[in-house]
Amino acid sequence: MSLINYSSREINCKIVYYGPGLCGKTTNIQYVYNKVAPETKGKLITLATEMDRTLFFDFLPLELGTVKGFKTRFHLYTVPGQVYYDASRKLILRGVDGVVFVADSQSSRFDANIESLYNLHENLEEYKLSVEDLPFVIQYNKRDMPDIISLDDLEQELNPERYPSLEAVATKGVGVFDTLKTVAKGILQRLSKN
Amino acid sequence: MVKTDWTIYEEDYWAITSVLKELLKNSNSQSVLLIDKTGQLIASVGIEPDFDLMSFASLCAADFEANSQLATLIGEKDFSTLYHQGADESMYLARIASSIILVVLFNKRTTLGLVRLRVKKAVEGLNTILNRLFEKLEYENEDLKEFDEEFTQALTKEIDALFSD
Repeated sequence: MSLINYSSREINCKIVYYGPGLCGKTTNIQYVYNKVAPETKGKLITLATEMDRTLFFDFLPLELGTVKGFKTRFHLYTVPGQVYYDASRKLILRGVDGVVFVADSQSSRFDANIESLYNLHENLEEYKLSVEDLPFVIQYNKRDMPDIISLDDLEQELNPERYPSLEAVATKGVGVFDTLKTVAKGILQRLSKN
Repeated sequence: MVKTDWTIYEEDYWAITSVLKELLKNSNSQSVLLIDKTGQLIASVGIEPDFDLMSFASLCAADFEANSQLATLIGEKDFSTLYHQGADESMYLARIASSIILVVLFNKRTTLGLVRLRVKKAVEGLNTILNRLFEKLEYENEDLKEFDEEFTQALTKEIDALFSD
């Protein structure tokens, strides 16, 4: 649900990073925040507990250059991954334009990925949406960890529909920008559906 | 062609800001902002705050949403207004047309009573404008010519430039 303001010549789009607890959603956003040029980013808002677990959301506004007189902004949000914060997750999905699902590649987190993905489908349904309606990208994070599931197995279980997917090591920035680019371009494609 | 749930055209924007300016003046407040429930800033008038407006809008929407859930838990349909009192600066939030939030920032130059009274009047005006806008969006499948292939390509270049290691 992009907001297009013809008077202030602005387009605002909302991207939500979804996924199980500790999968690296906040790490993705922090990497982006640290790497993009200062003049393109707003303040990084983090509503976290003392243990650095996301309580409500992280938020980062990013501004692209002006094209055809329109200033385009992407608003990046993460949801809290822990199961009991479902009410917060639902709220953050309101008005979403594109979703990144960050999966944890470690075998011990396999079930958590499936549970979170199922939860995403359920919560989108509340807004009469589905991942088919939105630019949707899956990021297989933590590819540098020792006990990880093979890409084929992850694809088979989490991505049978073969949405765009990428491997990542968010702590080192690997795959972070590529993921964001994929979802951002998907949103633009929808804006100018030919 | 773009199909979006939210497009604001010039005439609506000016109608909205004129109501906001009147509210700002009549309530003697510092700034007045209009935000949608997804956390996007629609319009703002008054003294430009020295904080990041985008973040502020996003937090206001979250604040309102969290309170709506609290309302449901105690058996209320909604809290249509919220008030946060500070030592110097305070804010008053009111829901309009189900998906829009009006935020008034004020200090000791005015009182909560006056702000509340003036907001009530402004909400009526804004409701009329916003409902007209929503109706228009429902019936018009706007063909937004600006968003063509050339536009997408230019923005794609911007994305590649911005999001690079």
